Amino acid sequence: MSTTVYVPGDAAALALGADDVAAAITIAAAKRGTKIRLVRNGSRGLFWLEPLVEVATPQGRIAYGPVTADDVPGLFAAGFTSGGKHPLRLGNIEAVPYLARQQRVTMRRVGVIDPHSLDDYLAHGGGKGLALARTLTPAAIVQQVTDSGLRGRGGAAFPTGIKWKTVLDTKSAQKYIVCNADEGDSGTFSDRMLMEGDPYCLIEGMAIAGLAVGANKGYIYTRSEYPHAIAALNAALDAAGDWLGDFQIEVRKGAGAYVCGEETALLESIEGKRGIVRSKPPLPAISGLFGQPTVINNVITFASVPDMLAQGAASYRDLGVGRSRGTLPFQLAGNIKYGGLIEVPFGCTLRELLYDYGGGSRSGRPLRAVQVGGPLGAYLPESQFDTVLDYEAFAAIGAVLGHGGIVAFDDTVDMARQARYAMKFCTLESCGKCTPCRIGSTRGVEVIDRIRAGAVEQIPLLRDLCDTMTAGSLCAMGGMTPYPVLSALNHFPEDFQ
Amino acid sequence: MITTLNAIFGKHQHQAGSLLPILHDIQHELGYVPDEAVPLIAKELNLSRAEVHGVITYYHHFRQTPPPRHVVHVCCAEACQANGSEALAEHAAARLQHGDISMEPVYCLGLCSIGPAIQIDETTLHARVTPEKFDSLVAALGERS
Repeated sequence: MSTTVYVPGDAAALALGADDVAAAITIAAAKRGTKIRLVRNGSRGLFWLEPLVEVATPQGRIAYGPVTADDVPGLFAAGFTSGGKHPLRLGNIEAVPYLARQQRVTMRRVGVIDPHSLDDYLAHGGGKGLALARTLTPAAIVQQVTDSGLRGRGGAAFPTGIKWKTVLDTKSAQKYIVCNADEGDSGTFSDRMLMEGDPYCLIEGMAIAGLAVGANKGYIYTRSEYPHAIAALNAALDAAGDWLGDFQIEVRKGAGAYVCGEETALLESIEGKRGIVRSKPPLPAISGLFGQPTVINNVITFASVPDMLAQGAASYRDLGVGRSRGTLPFQLAGNIKYGGLIEVPFGCTLRELLYDYGGGSRSGRPLRAVQVGGPLGAYLPESQFDTVLDYEAFAAIGAVLGHGGIVAFDDTVDMARQARYAMKFCTLESCGKCTPCRIGSTRGVEVIDRIRAGAVEQIPLLRDLCDTMTAGSLCAMGGMTPYPVLSALNHFPEDFQ
Repeated sequence: MITTLNAIFGKHQHQAGSLLPILHDIQHELGYVPDEAVPLIAKELNLSRAEVHGVITYYHHFRQTPPPRHVVHVCCAEACQANGSEALAEHAAARLQHGDISMEPVYCLGLCSIGPAIQIDETTLHARVTPEKFDSLVAALGERS
């Protein structure tokens, strides 16, 4: 009988040497005559422990980490294939507090299953949502999504059921399902982890959306910076056989344009054009890809649907607070000791994530600022760390949850420099269609440079410029670049003196 | 080049909105998208040369000149900044200024908990990269000046 050994094939694990570990385990097992079955799973998202090796035992999956290739002979000597004692042994992975305290719903199979195996996916509860959807009317599927309270996880938090209903109600011979997997926000990696670790979950969510609105063609648009996710999706689609029926999905690779994460720019890009933002209306739900009604949602939004449908809308709606229902896979990043993926229902505080999970800064210095929601999200000072993680609570303090990325900075950070970077990033990534974004960002860099050189009387000018960008930009690129800039200015004025 | 292009065009004949996939394939085969390819792509897709040129130059990923022997992408986005990527990028730029390996910034590799992160030749990833680790990775590429 062979033992199943798991070595993550997730990009983060690979960046920390997982391939070397996998190779060392294969060689050592062969040399010792130990029969193993090596599975390249996704990552559990406990990155300080990667490469995290797991062994299936009668006592559950016993984890060891962080493992280097040099540790492998010692692990075999310690009998790790039957869960033997070793300094790197962490015990049953499910009992590790960082994981045990979470409530994984959407990400529950990531790191658990073999992402290349449809059978493994189905054996772990996958497929039930699609099977159920095939027995329901389109309107009934849409009603379930509406009742769940699910809101778009890409950042805008628009109610998913309303979007789907608009597409359902728009008459057309051809409709499309588009997955926005252009996860460009710094501090975010949940889309990547799901695509690499549980690709069938996304695929199933899109197929359900297809049934719900009457679309037979889907696109997944992801980043050229994510080659492992692209490979995982294509492999999963190739092996899907007739599971999807007549629903077809094509994976499209972006080409290094951050603004293509904006939904209309993304549609332009799929159509083979420059990723220039479209004016709205018309909404993509009415006139989207190739001018047809289009559901466009983020990876996590689609991936939340299969289990929600299978378990019933109430199971999802019962989690969370206020109008933020369900869970969000938060991503704890930057200067943080225990960075990783933390899926919890809305309602806990930023402080809990930063300290109870994250353990404070990696550098050991005090945390000074935290950027939530990517490059277009506000910087929060320590006095706001008790804000509840909820879309409305964040909006109330002039911040955004966005895609759930949390980037921590210690007290060495220069916030005027971060404000400058926000403007600089906007100059690099602006699509150029509207003036406040294209020109405003360039003027923003210049005025911040003057302020940093001592011209503090220019601060009102910077505020005025931010006001113009917020009110006058066509999309979130120019419209939200002022969030990091103004929050830096408001909460850390001493850095601008 | 024409044979390569025709093979790529054939593969994408029935694909709607195929310009980006075609450009990716050309860059994969040739390392870049040569100027001579532009009129051929335009003819194939019934676009103007200006439209094709506009797309190639809009996206950071597409190259119009042959690539260096190796490209090291250093993540310069916020999460890596919080862990010292600016110093790493400066070190990398100084280290590689005369060789046939080039350093280019990238804005997020999705390795935000384990920065600074780098990607070599769009395939290999490395995390928690210190200047010393950077030097040993570059040395392993067989730097030539």
